[in-house]
Amino acid sequence: MQVTLKILRFDPAKDQKPTWHTYQVEAEPWDRVLDLLHKVKWDQDGTLAFRRSCGHGICGSDAMLINGRNRLACKTLVKDLGNVITVEPIRGLPVEKDLIVNMEPFFAAYRAVKPYLINDEPPPARERLQSPEERERFDQGTKCILCASCTTSCPVFWVNGTYLGPAAIVQAHRFIFDSRDRGKRERFKALGSGSGVWRCRTAYNCTEACPRDIPVTQLIEEVKRAILFDRF
Amino acid sequence: MAHKHEVIVVGAGGAGLATALYAAREGADVAVVSKLYPTRSHTGAAQGGIGAALGNVEEDHWEWHMFDTVKGGDYLTDQDAAEVFAKEVIEAVLELEHMGLPFDRLPNGKIAQRRFGGHTKDWGKAPVHRAAHAADRTGHMILQTLYQQCVKHNITFYNEFHVTDVLVEDGVAKGLVAYELATGELHLFQAKAIVIASGGFGRIYKVTSNAYTLTGDLQAILYRKGLPLEDMEFYQFHPTGLYPLGILLTEGARGEGGILRNASGERFMERYAPTIKDLAPRDMVSRAMYLEVREGRGVGPKKDHVLLDLTHLPPEVIEKKLPDITEFSRIYLGVDPLKEPVPVMPTAHYAMGGIPTTLWGQVIRDENNTVVPGLYAAGEAACVSLHGANRLGTNSLGDLVVFGRRAGIHAARFAKDADYHELTEEHLRESRERIERIKNSTGKEKVAALRAELQQTMMDNASVFRTGELLAKQVEILKELMDRYKRISIDDKGDAYNTELVEALELGYLLEVSEALVHSALNRTESRGAHAREDYPERDDQNWLKHTLAYKVADGKVTFRYKPVVLGRFEPKARTY
Repeated sequence: MQVTLKILRFDPAKDQKPTWHTYQVEAEPWDRVLDLLHKVKWDQDGTLAFRRSCGHGICGSDAMLINGRNRLACKTLVKDLGNVITVEPIRGLPVEKDLIVNMEPFFAAYRAVKPYLINDEPPPARERLQSPEERERFDQGTKCILCASCTTSCPVFWVNGTYLGPAAIVQAHRFIFDSRDRGKRERFKALGSGSGVWRCRTAYNCTEACPRDIPVTQLIEEVKRAILFDRF
Repeated sequence: MAHKHEVIVVGAGGAGLATALYAAREGADVAVVSKLYPTRSHTGAAQGGIGAALGNVEEDHWEWHMFDTVKGGDYLTDQDAAEVFAKEVIEAVLELEHMGLPFDRLPNGKIAQRRFGGHTKDWGKAPVHRAAHAADRTGHMILQTLYQQCVKHNITFYNEFHVTDVLVEDGVAKGLVAYELATGELHLFQAKAIVIASGGFGRIYKVTSNAYTLTGDLQAILYRKGLPLEDMEFYQFHPTGLYPLGILLTEGARGEGGILRNASGERFMERYAPTIKDLAPRDMVSRAMYLEVREGRGVGPKKDHVLLDLTHLPPEVIEKKLPDITEFSRIYLGVDPLKEPVPVMPTAHYAMGGIPTTLWGQVIRDENNTVVPGLYAAGEAACVSLHGANRLGTNSLGDLVVFGRRAGIHAARFAKDADYHELTEEHLRESRERIERIKNSTGKEKVAALRAELQQTMMDNASVFRTGELLAKQVEILKELMDRYKRISIDDKGDAYNTELVEALELGYLLEVSEALVHSALNRTESRGAHAREDYPERDDQNWLKHTLAYKVADGKVTFRYKPVVLGRFEPKARTY
């Protein structure tokens, strides 16, 4: 099938602002959007810039705004989009070139929630014990691949870039609800601050955007509740 | 720009992050240079588990794990490496747990373990539960956990920096040159110790489980400098690549009870490995699949693949323990593994060979184990040699933690007593000229077209089954491709995020590692592990119980030296399962 692929492109060396470029691409229904981007880059215009690595939705490199929704280009198939496809960079992070955005603010928010196990007790000789139920409690957040689909679909993040954003809160949730962790109070400082969870207006964009099917909004609500209960 | 760190690690996958973390814990000033953001690294795609004789589900011993590793490697495995590994991987898994890795748990709270190919109890009698796992995203959790610890230890990262040169002069490693993707600037890195942990090169083949970015950059850079690559002829094809894309479907699927079937529905592995059947090592299963297809028992309109059947498993086992591969099958093929078998075919997966090292990750330059001071390697980029002629499933994740840790500790201690070496702008010259040559070229050859030819011909002539005739043909094809590579040109002349330039550089590396692989494969006139020569179908311990060291002399010209296999408690025997 013939697909019309419209890509919002920007070259910092030449362009004042991003402009739409249209390409005609021969595609199969089961092709990934990433395959189409490669067809443009390899056969038509080598200057097209985008990130990708694993090609099957596990590395988190290729989050893009595809037909108006944040998705991974390698996990979105042509058959689910039709023969006109638009691709733009994810929103709320500075565009560096074409579909590549500056990820530094995103990872700064990630670091702010102390995304590592905090527990100063000397570990036992063997593993720390954890029941399957305790393990299940924080399972959802462990699926996160830090692709930024959620954070860059969040209207609060768009207008206020200092908001930690859904991805960082998901990471915090993963530790707060881990029975082995002792650091929730330290995390609550950042999460309970003006740039923390209370910015969330439960728009549910993040949940819809997540390519890993993490119930992001629900996890944010659970962190809000944990902070509230901690005060009493 | 110039930078200076005591220990610089190249690559931010599991091996690189483990190295960086343990070097930092030793007190060294550590930086990681990676062409990707760390969490994009391909360790994250590993699924099934990390094998360690914890004995949480049933009796197990490190000696059994060592034996399985040696036998799985078709006795080319160095037994000192296998012993160190089988012992230390137990501690490594427990340390990962202490760092917070969310392993699945047993009802008693201990780490859960599953069966995996080639891992047995009582010296091969039956499969054993050895693979500690976190659903089917164990590699993802290892990568995340190690990165979290690096964040905690404030390790410096240079993300999206492509290493273009390793400065080895007078036999000593002095530093690196790297190309910053964002700006196009070349950076000079001074280091007392350099650890290469940049992963494999599955992209030499058309069908692969590997990321687009796995192009053997650092192996090629050292090989061009005249340093050897070890055992490159041994390249693993994972049996269950999602057909036709090659996306990995974990061996854990068979560990949980999945069965491979041919067109008539027969469980054909019963004929090839009567004792452990579908859980035979990967080289044997991949060959069996190719033979089934060759003999007309393949599935589909082209009869060119087989089926992985999970339909007899309880739905909750599939959904809970194998959620990611279930999703891959649904998304990319529209096949629901709960209801119908999944089309699969072997996919290029893992390089057993690579940069030769000692047990502490020190890079060696010859068969006498002469060390290159200050230069280390770990993970898939390295060849210890733990995996011998065929790696067992889960042993890559174990390898990167055990030998990443060893390389990190040794590099940090080495750096304490070492001095920095003087570096000048002159050291940037080779990289700058190579980049300018590509950018200014008006040649007619295109990167994508040349790469596609390379990948197709490597698949046709140097994959699961090999013959002298086809390998010799591929030697000539590679010579021609290397010649045409000199005439490639690119559209993008810019400095910012010039990913086309990067692909051009990567193609050059792919050609180099392909050359080392094909020449080594043509040279080894026996069949062992993943190296199956139809014209030499038997293993030949008399002449070939030795490691290959391949040295580049010029394009198309390779010389060999040989390193003895470290034997020990297990005498080489016929390998049956």
